[in-house]
Parts: sequence; C-alpha cells; structure tokens
Amino acid sequence: MGFLDIENATKSYGSVEVLHKVDIDVEEGEFLVLVGPSGCGKSTLLNMIAGLEDITSGEIRIKGSVMNGVHPAKRNIAMVFQSYALYPNMTVAQNITFGLEMHGTPKAERERAMADVAKLLQIEQLLGRRPGQLSGGQRQRVAMGRALVRNPDVFLFDEPLSNLDAKLRVDMRTEIKKLHQKLGTTTVYVTHDQIEAMTLSTRIAVMNGGYVQQLGTPKEIYDTPANLFVATFMGSPSMNLIPVTVRADGNAIYADTKNDKGEGISLAFYNPRAELKAFDGQTVTLGIRPEALTDLEGADQRSDHVEQVANTVTVTEPAGSDTFVTTTIGGAECVARMRSDADVAPGRETVFAVNMEKAVAFDPKTEDRIQ
Amino acid sequence: MAQASQDTAIRTGRVARTLIYLVLLLFVLFYMLPLYVMLVNSVKPLAEITGGGMMALPEVWTIEPWLKAWSTAQIGVEPTGLRPYFWNSISMVVPAVAISTILGALNGYVLTKWRFRGDTILFGLMLFACFIPFQIVLIPMAAVLGFLGLAGSTAGLVLVHVVYGIGFTTLYFRNYYAVFPTELIRAAQIDGAGFFRIFWRILLPSSGPIAVVSIIWQFTNIWNDFLFGASFASGDGAPMTVALNNLVQSSTGVKEYNVHFAGAILAALPTLLVYIVAGRYFVRGLMAGSVKG
Repeated sequence: MGFLDIENATKSYGSVEVLHKVDIDVEEGEFLVLVGPSGCGKSTLLNMIAGLEDITSGEIRIKGSVMNGVHPAKRNIAMVFQSYALYPNMTVAQNITFGLEMHGTPKAERERAMADVAKLLQIEQLLGRRPGQLSGGQRQRVAMGRALVRNPDVFLFDEPLSNLDAKLRVDMRTEIKKLHQKLGTTTVYVTHDQIEAMTLSTRIAVMNGGYVQQLGTPKEIYDTPANLFVATFMGSPSMNLIPVTVRADGNAIYADTKNDKGEGISLAFYNPRAELKAFDGQTVTLGIRPEALTDLEGADQRSDHVEQVANTVTVTEPAGSDTFVTTTIGGAECVARMRSDADVAPGRETVFAVNMEKAVAFDPKTEDRIQ
Repeated sequence: MAQASQDTAIRTGRVARTLIYLVLLLFVLFYMLPLYVMLVNSVKPLAEITGGGMMALPEVWTIEPWLKAWSTAQIGVEPTGLRPYFWNSISMVVPAVAISTILGALNGYVLTKWRFRGDTILFGLMLFACFIPFQIVLIPMAAVLGFLGLAGSTAGLVLVHVVYGIGFTTLYFRNYYAVFPTELIRAAQIDGAGFFRIFWRILLPSSGPIAVVSIIWQFTNIWNDFLFGASFASGDGAPMTVALNNLVQSSTGVKEYNVHFAGAILAALPTLLVYIVAGRYFVRGLMAGSVKG
C-alpha cells in the first residue's frame, strides 16, 4: 500500500465512462506525472484526487484513509491551478494565508508560515501587491506559495506552466524540481507536455482515452514504450516507425526492409527476445528513436550493436545543438538526430548509424510492444 | 494608387464625420428641449407662464415654486408638499434594491457555480419574470398582500418590487458569474471556505461593476414605478410618483405649472444622481457579461 492509492478509480458522466479503472500507487515523496493529450482524463483524475469531482466507482486513499466523499478542504492536499486562481481582490499575503485562516490557524502562526514560504519562493517584496499587478512568473510563485503554506500531504499541479512563455517555463520547471527535492512532498502533476513529464517525474503515467497506457519511470517509458501510442507521444521528434519483415536465421533475428533505392537492408536485432521468433516472416513495426539513428561519428560509442545504412538525405533541419535529417527507410519517413556539424546535404547519400540496442518492435495488429 | 485611394478615404471620412456630428448635435438639442422647458419654467412666477412665454428665460428668477413643491403644496388632505412622499419612496427603494440585488447575486452564484439538475430550466423560468407585464399580476398580488397582511404598507411594496426585480438581478449576476473563473471557487474550496464564505470573500468583492448595474437598474425602475405604488400604497404611504400625480392632477384651484415642473424635477432627481455617480460603471458592467476574456 502506497501513500496515495488510486484503486480501480472510474469516472462516468451519465452513461459515458471517461476514466476506466485507473490503478496507481504513489509512494511517499514520489513525483508522479500524468501526461496525455487533451481529453485523456488526466485532469479529471487529478480533480478526483482533489475531491473536486466525485469518484463513480473505485477508491482513492491518502495515507491509508479512504477519500471518497471527503470534502477537498479535509484531504490535506493543496493544488496549483493552470490559471493560478489567485483571488483578485486580495493581496499576495492574503492569498497565501487565506487557506490557513479558513482552517482556523492563529494569526501569529499564519504570519510565520507565510514569512517562511515567501522567503523560500523569494516573493517577500510582492506580499503587499494584488495578483493583477504581478507578471505571469510571479503569479506562478504566489500560487505555489499558497499551496506550500498549508504543508499538505499531497501537492496537486494542474498544468501549472502552460500559461508561461517558453523561457520562463523552463526556469520554473527547474524551480519546481528543486522545490520537490528540498521538501520531498508527494506530488501529482498533470501536463500535456512530454518534456515536462520526462524532466520532473520520478514516475510517469501516460494516459489516453481514459486508460493508463503505461506507468513507469521516465527511462522505462522512453526506452521501452508499452505500445505505439506511448512510443509516438513521448519524445520529440517522435519515434521513427518502420515497417519491417522479421526473418529468423538460427539464433539471430533480422529486420528486413528496403532503402530509398529499393535495395534490401537487413538489420540484426540486438539480443532478440524469443517472442520475436513467432513473428518470423511477418511484418512488424520497428521503432527507432531519432538519436538512435544518426551519423557514424555521432553514434553511441558504448553501444554493442550499431548497424549502418547508406541512404539519401531528403531534408536537413539545423537546430543549433543538433541537425535533424529526414530520410526514407522502408517507405517510412524517418528523422535522424545528427551532430550539428555532421556533413550532410539534401539529395546526397550518407551513411546512417542505427543503434539496434535501442530499437524496439511493435505488433502492428495490437500496437503493443513485442516483449 | 493605394496612396491616392487612402487619401480620398480619409477625406470622405472627415466630411461624413462632420455631417454625422451635426445631425447628432441636432438630436441632442431636440432631446434636451423638454428638460430646458422644465428647468426654465420651474424658476418663473406663474404669471410669466400663463402670459404665454413657455420657451423664454424668466424675467424674474424665483425659487418659490421649488419650495412650494417640496414643503407646502396641497397633496391629498394636508398641504405637506412632496417631502413626506419623498421619504416614503426612499424607505421603499433602499430595502427593495438592496434585497433584490443580494438575492440576485446569490441566485447567480448558485446557478453558475453550484450547478444542479434542472438549473437552466429554473433560470429560464426566472428570466420569464422579466417579460410578465405589471398589469397581469395586479389582482393576484393584491390578494397575496392581503393574505400576508401587508396590504397598503411600505413593506408590501418592497416585497412586490423585490419579487419583480429578482428576474433581472439574477440575469445580470448569472451572466457575470458565468465568465468568473470556476478555478477560483475550487481553489477556495480546497482552502476550506464554505458556500457563504466563498460568496462574501471571493465573489462579492469582485462583483463591483455588475452590482452597480443591478443597483442602477433596480433603483430607476422602483423609484419611477407608478402602477404598483398607485395600486398597493394608500394615502400617506404613497411613493413620490403617486404624490406627483396627485399634485399635478388636483382639480381644485389654479394649475400652478411652475410648481408642477419643480415637483417633477424633484421626483426625477434621485435617479439622475444615481446615473451621474455610477453611470461610468454602468456601461462597463453591462459590457462585462457580454464579452469573454
């Protein structure tokens, strides 16, 4: 049993079920990120944890006590909203202490808690202002201050960074991570941004269509996605998916496909799993991350198994730190992440290094990864 | 080419605008004419008016008609002037406006932030109240007031105006609160504030513009109402509008037009004042509900 248990939690609006038997155990001090496209049910789940939406069936427990039907104020949680939801008629100081006031905390104690939080978030000079007089980043800090001051069991974040500009978003992301490392409060964080999910979390739940598609550490999610949805949703640019034919030859298993001139290519799977043998002669989807498809010099030197494919470059996109190179393998358009000074030009042939250690295969019928 | 056509556009724009403003100015003059007549004639001796000089400025300025209208004119049995009826109106308008605005705000809060099954139907029915003509409810209302023992009292009039006003005030506040971020309510809930605390501490302090709209609207309607006042208030309890009517319609003696004009302005002054003080917020508040963001 974890610190925050979500057990078979289901949510229906009328006859429409929007969340299907979600099962997640969160340990104390964990940073769980719920990520998925809009409408996947992640915010609904968060609101159910907060008590802002009721649970149709199943159970949510915090520290072992069942929270179904418990008022949000009595769950000892704190929430940071996407719009920050600062009370416009109150000063920053009043905003931060409002919750304590409502819970009947004595004034002296309130002041002390507020001073601590203001110092932690460096918003001391803002305490007398109103939310309307603050910038986006400052509002964000105040919203976090309001959550922190309650010293809750669980922190809930609902896309807190999506209203900030790109640079501030990255800064605040680091800030949130630092804060979590310092305080160690159990956190559930909702976002649609897969980079936020990867960078912040200790574990990620990737959601789609009201189902948890995969629950795991960022590395597990990234390297061994459970299915095609997770593979394409996580990672930018997204994973290259190439249709290949499986060919077993003794102990080795090959993925056969064609380069853009129609010549056959054989890529040997690295340490192939026995399950893959069952697909002998059939078509599967080979998944290769852009950084596992690169130029020879840029290939991972520690990888035990790098294959080489000569192919024509169709487009190059220099992005400063990397150059993204588009090419066609097996009829599928692939993006390779090369070093920024890789010697490539559109229309010219170059040798791509494929790190087969990182390659994964999916069953095109079920869309699940072949374990 | 583009330059030339732009120049013409600006020039024709200027001509058109001058014309428009001229026409508007004419309209304003026309519109202000009655007020001019009222003002001018309320500070003239009666002889000047009956002499035929309606439009002329007074030859002898006097405030006698104003004083007479306020404190000594014959209304009803006693020569009391409009003064006691003015206070009748005040003691009817203030509670009626306050109660209907507060109830409208509460209704708007519940209809937008504490949604329940059938809330839109309920709101639709409340809106319906805005379209019921006064005349239809006169007899049933009289029966209800009689049943409650409020017939002929100021309290009865307050009740009538509150009931009639709730439809409008609810409409205003509902539309205003509909675009008020629900996340704020949720944040307050998590912070531990209950139904009324959220209303008093979060919602009401942010409702300035729409409260002004509601107050102006209610104040004007209730102050200016004649039908309910004439129907449900008796004799000494009559509001200003009814008293003014009695003053002007009295069939005995000479028609003192200057006193009538002064009395009419006195009756209109409070609403005028409310508009001057809060008019700015009125327009702002009316716009607030209609445009998102």
